[in-house]
Amino acid sequence: MTEPLLRVEDLRVEFAGEDGVVYAVDGVSYEVHGGRTLGIVGESGSGKTVSSLTTLGLTRRQGARISGRIMFEGKDLVALSEDELRRIRGNDIAMVFQDPLSSLHPLYKVGRQLTEAVRAHREVSKAKARERAVELLDLVGIPDPARRVDEYPHEFSGGMRQRVMIAMALANEPRLLIADEPTTALDVTVQAQILALMERLQRELGMAIVIITHDLGVIAEMADDIAVMYAGRIVETASAARVFAAPEHPYTWGLLKSIPRLDGPREADLVPIPGTPPSLVHPPSGCHFHPRCPYVQPEHTRIDPALEPVADDPGHHVACLLESDVRRRLWQQLGAGRTPAQALAAVSPGAPA
Amino acid sequence: MSSAEPLVRVRDLTKHFPITRGIVIQRKIGAVRAVDGVSFEIERGETLGIVGETGCGKSTTAKLMTRLLDATAGEIDFEGNDITRLKGAALKAVRREVQMIFQDPYSSLNPRRTIGSIIAEPFAIHGLMREKGERKAEVQRLMETVGLNPEHYNRYPHEFSGGQRQRIGVARALALNPKLLIADEPVSSLDVSIQAQVLNLLRDLQRRLGLTLVFIAHDLSVVRHMCDRVAVMYLGKIVEIGPNEQLYAFPRHPYTGALLAAVPVADPALHGGARRLLGGDVPSPANPPSGCRFHTRCPKAQALCSTQEPQLQDKGSGTLTACHYPLSREEVGEIGVRSAR
Repeated sequence: MTEPLLRVEDLRVEFAGEDGVVYAVDGVSYEVHGGRTLGIVGESGSGKTVSSLTTLGLTRRQGARISGRIMFEGKDLVALSEDELRRIRGNDIAMVFQDPLSSLHPLYKVGRQLTEAVRAHREVSKAKARERAVELLDLVGIPDPARRVDEYPHEFSGGMRQRVMIAMALANEPRLLIADEPTTALDVTVQAQILALMERLQRELGMAIVIITHDLGVIAEMADDIAVMYAGRIVETASAARVFAAPEHPYTWGLLKSIPRLDGPREADLVPIPGTPPSLVHPPSGCHFHPRCPYVQPEHTRIDPALEPVADDPGHHVACLLESDVRRRLWQQLGAGRTPAQALAAVSPGAPA
Repeated sequence: MSSAEPLVRVRDLTKHFPITRGIVIQRKIGAVRAVDGVSFEIERGETLGIVGETGCGKSTTAKLMTRLLDATAGEIDFEGNDITRLKGAALKAVRREVQMIFQDPYSSLNPRRTIGSIIAEPFAIHGLMREKGERKAEVQRLMETVGLNPEHYNRYPHEFSGGQRQRIGVARALALNPKLLIADEPVSSLDVSIQAQVLNLLRDLQRRLGLTLVFIAHDLSVVRHMCDRVAVMYLGKIVEIGPNEQLYAFPRHPYTGALLAAVPVADPALHGGARRLLGGDVPSPANPPSGCRFHTRCPKAQALCSTQEPQLQDKGSGTLTACHYPLSREEVGEIGVRSAR
């Protein structure tokens, strides 16, 4: 296998909070390969955004304690100085944020904000940078770019603003684009446009994408590989096809069974995950998911599971203390529409096979 | 359907917000046509879903029905009586029967009040359950109904998670035993796992209490899961309305089809099929397109569409559609509607 473009190794990010240390990212490792898309899925507080902000050094100012390594083209981004990092940020690695309105400066014309992104990394004349700005707006599908380059952000609709943000991120043809909930603030038809745009640009420019979202539909559309995060850790990672076809972690099962599907049976009841996401100041002992897990065993409250390879499924890793064949039988039961309690009863020792 | 009188009958409901110029002497220079002539009925015991994108008028419709806004024109009949222009005691009596669940469980609960007093507020407003012990017992019964621990009566909103707060909002809405419950995006600010808890609660309450529910959301999968009938709105108009099964299986309005095709489905195995995406943005409701309001973005638009406004009509598949050239089965397949059968 070729060397990955980005390799995150045992990343930990901690913040000093009022009530104690917040373990926002708690030992996360993943790889992103050139031209591919990694989807990071998780709920609020799972650490999915903090891990990506840290990649760009954007958590340093908040007094975060960061350990681990983030290897990008042979350099460890965690160890780089602020100056060195600035040369990479917006140039080799770019980011698109959730809210396009608050990410654009309201008092500057869109063109000026785009040329700034270009001139921050390239020694080009203003006229050349402006030409590039028009070209970028055209690339992301904004009609009449030569005129719109002189408009202000408020003159753009939400979807158009997100296109401008993507144009800005692409200004210097990054190798890696990090998109944090890029379509969450948008309507569904506009979301479809933006996702299609990102896919087209990836094909044309060959960049890698990390897309962060809570929306399993968006992840299924976009990602080649998926990492599921819970309470600061990756609990499962595999190709997108395997995560949806043969998920191994009870939290992933819970997510998949929590959403109504447009193509599923309408009468089927949703199976919510009981309880609420845990505190990151006092995370649960043992497996972080154990207080909400329907299949918890006494020893799971003590033993902390490591992310380990799944037998007979190359590239699939899961952090779960249940036996592999128990997990598979449980998922079979859930797939057949049983509730977690019924599934557990069916696979318990003593139950008819 | 049923021959009984519908609970609600909305006719030509219209809300225009004036656009003014000038600070001291204000002149009206135009109007945002948020809701522009909407008609529908709600049967007792059914759940009507209203879907549409930002600015389509779905939330304004909810606010008009609860009389939080006054209609510019049209009427809302509630149990056969026109409530559109009621005032004072008569309005207060109607408000007892129509309750609302809001989107944001953080800003819709007063942070300085205990949840016991938040849920009891409707009793205080309407002068019910004056005896203290009785009121407390009723509040605790409501808390139990929505799956909250009644012992948490004296706690404050900040001690609860988003999902639990939404349960508090539901308990408050149920307090007066309303005939109609309007839920405006009740789960869109919640995490996926919590969303399912609140959706299950609403569906369970609906079955147990026989609630009549108006469920407003932008998420088409959630609406399909929750509703008996669905109305699709675009720029202040209903473009299609009908029974859930028919509307999702065979959408006739090109906008309904485009919405359904745009929903990402959580299954990578389904991708790769052709999908036709809608171009452009929703036009301004201050200056909506002539004729059919969707014609500027519609792949099927013809000359007639820009001049003549289509009316809601039965096109032979069980829904009412406002379109001159409704979708055929083949077209529904071509644009990639995932719920089509």
